[in-house]
Amino acid sequence: MYVAVKGGEQAIANAHRWLADRRRGPRQTPELEVAQVDGQLRLAVSRVMAEGSLYDPELAALAIKQASGDMVEAVFLLRAYRTTLPRLAETLPLDTAAMRIERRISATYKDIPGGQVLGPTYDYTHRLLDFLQLANGEVEAPATADAVLESCPQVLELLDAEGLIEREEDDGAEPYDITRDPPDFPVDRATRLQMLARGDEGYLLALGYSTQRGYGRNHPFAGEIRLGMVEVEIAVEESEAPLCIGEIEISECQMINQFGGSRDAAPQFTRGYGLAFGHNERKTMAMALVDRALRAEELGETAAGPAQQAEFVLAHADSVEAAGFVSHLKLPHYVDFQSELELLRRLRREHATRCAASSDSGAGVDTDIDATTSVDQAQEQQA
Amino acid sequence: MSRSAATASGYNFAYLDEQTKRMIRRGLLKAVAIPGYQVPFGGREMPMPYGWGTGGMQLTASVLGQDDVLKVIDQGADDTTNAVSIRAFFERVAGVATTTATAEADVIQTRHRIPEQPLRRGQLLVFQVPIPEPLRFIEPSEEETRLMHALEEYGVMHVKLYEDIARHGHIATTYAYPVKVDGRYVTDPSPIPKFDNPKLHMAEGLMLFGAGREKRLYAIPPYTRVESLDFEDHPFEVQQWEAPCEICGARDTFLDEVITDDRGGRMFVCSDTDYCQSRVEEVA
Repeated sequence: MYVAVKGGEQAIANAHRWLADRRRGPRQTPELEVAQVDGQLRLAVSRVMAEGSLYDPELAALAIKQASGDMVEAVFLLRAYRTTLPRLAETLPLDTAAMRIERRISATYKDIPGGQVLGPTYDYTHRLLDFLQLANGEVEAPATADAVLESCPQVLELLDAEGLIEREEDDGAEPYDITRDPPDFPVDRATRLQMLARGDEGYLLALGYSTQRGYGRNHPFAGEIRLGMVEVEIAVEESEAPLCIGEIEISECQMINQFGGSRDAAPQFTRGYGLAFGHNERKTMAMALVDRALRAEELGETAAGPAQQAEFVLAHADSVEAAGFVSHLKLPHYVDFQSELELLRRLRREHATRCAASSDSGAGVDTDIDATTSVDQAQEQQA
Repeated sequence: MSRSAATASGYNFAYLDEQTKRMIRRGLLKAVAIPGYQVPFGGREMPMPYGWGTGGMQLTASVLGQDDVLKVIDQGADDTTNAVSIRAFFERVAGVATTTATAEADVIQTRHRIPEQPLRRGQLLVFQVPIPEPLRFIEPSEEETRLMHALEEYGVMHVKLYEDIARHGHIATTYAYPVKVDGRYVTDPSPIPKFDNPKLHMAEGLMLFGAGREKRLYAIPPYTRVESLDFEDHPFEVQQWEAPCEICGARDTFLDEVITDDRGGRMFVCSDTDYCQSRVEEVA
C-alpha cells in the first residue's frame, strides 16, 4: 500500500553534505583560500560586491568560494547577509572627481587634462590562452611613474563649461531607498540608477547592446570611464568638516549622448550614467546606456525599444529576484498540476463525446469554429 | 509537537529585526482594514530564494510570538521539502514549537493549499504568494493595474473568463482562481486549487498573504465575503474526483494523483496529509 513519502529532512541534510564535498573538490589539491579569491579573482569579487550591494571584498570572496563560483548564488549570499546589517550612518555623496585614479580614459578627446591612463585593463590584450599560467609562471611587478598624476577633472565638466552638455544638479531631494521601500512605478532617475546599480550585468549588457543595434538608439560616446579609489565621508555632529571613514574602489562611466533641445532650449548633449563598486567597467558602460534609454520619456523621445520601457527593464533587472522565481519552478506543484489534469481530462472526454456524436449524425457540426468566432468577438469587445 | 532546544545566535527572534517586523505589522493592519487590497511593503531579502516563500516567511516572522505553535505545509503536506525547510528555519531562528496537527497550530504557513479542517477563531493562515496581482496576466504594467483596481475596472477579467468558456466550454482557470473580496477588490487567492476557494468565504480565522519578490501583502479578515468570479449561466464549481481517497476513504477532499507503476497504474490520495492521517486514526 502507498504511504506518503517521509524523510524530506534527512534527504535535505544529505544533499547539503554532498554539496559541501563537491565544493571542496579533490582532496589532493589544496583548499582554495578566501584571500586567494579576493586577491586573484578580483573582477569576480567586484561583480559580486556590485550586484550584492555590499562593499566588502573579503565577504564577497567568501561568497564566491561558498557558491563554488556560481556568481548569481554568490550575489544572493551577500545580499542575504547585507539585509541583516544595522544602518549606522548615511554617507555624503561620493566625489568621483577627487578619485585616486587607476584608470581613466575618454573616447571623445585625444588628450585631456590629466591624460589618458590605461591602467590594469584587458583591452588590447590578444585573447590567446597563456599556457604559462598552467605552470604558475612568475609575473613581473608593474612599472610605476615617478610623479603622481596631475588632477583629472571630469571630461563632461569641460563640456559643461561651454554649455554643450546638460547640467546635472543635486536638487537636494531625499533619495528613495530601494532597500527599504517597495518600488512605486513610475520611479525617478535616482531610484532607477539604484536599481540598475544592483542589476544583473548580463541583463544590462544585453539591453544596452540592444540600444546600439537600433532598439531605442541613443548615439552614445564614452565621454569618460574612470576606475580608482574614492573617499567615503560621513557628517558628524561634533565636527564641521566631514569625517572620512575609509576609501572604496569604484568604476564610473559617463556617456555623452545625442542632443535634446527645443525652440526655447538650445540643443545640448545629454548624459547616461553608470556607477558600480570595484572594477566593473562593462557593467557601468551597459548601465549608462540603459540609464540614457530610460530617459526617453523625460527627453521627449518615442519609447519604442525594450530598453526604454522602465517598468519592464527595472522589474526584471535583479538577479536575486529573477533566479529565485525561475528556480521556484523546482518546488512541488502537485496541487496546481492535478487541477490542470482534472480539467484537461474533462475537456478531452467532452471533445471525444462531441466527435462521436457528430460522426454518428454525419452532419459534422464543427464546434471549434463556433468557439473561435466567439473568441474573436470577445477580443473585439475588449478592444 | 516539538520544541527545538536552542535558537541561532546572532539573529533576532524570528530572524527579522523588530523595526522591520513592526513595519510589516503596520502593513498587515492596513491590509486587514481594506480586505483584498494589495499593500506595498518594504520587503527584505530573506536567506532563502525569492519565489520560495519569502513573503509568507516575513509575515510569519512578524506575527509569530514565543508561545505560538507553528505548522508549515506545502501542497497540503507537512513533509514536502520546502515545508520541511521553512519549518526548520523557524525552529532555528525562533525556537517556537511546531506541529503537523492543524487544530493545534496558532500560525499555519501554507503554499498552494488551505487545510481541509476549517480554521478556528484566532488561527492565522499565512499564504505564500508568487504573483499577487490577479490582473497581471491581462495587463503586465503595475501602473495600469493599480489604476484598474482604483477604478474598480474589472471587466477585462470577466472577458478573460468568457473567452475560456467560448474556447473550452469551461472556465479554464483551475488554480489561483480570482475572487472578489468584500464586494470590492478582485484578489488573487494565491495558487490554491479552486477547490479551496469556498474555504475563503466567511472563514473564522484570519488569512494573510505575503508576496516577497513583488513586495505586496494583503489580507482576508475573519467573516469576510469572498466570491469566486463566475457567470449566472456558468456558475463557479470545484473539482470532483470519481474515486475516494485510497488511504482514508474521504470523498470531500482534494486528492493528489500518485503514479504507482509505468503501466498506467495510479491512485488518488488526500493532499492534506494531516487530515488524512487523523481520519485513519479515528477509524482505527
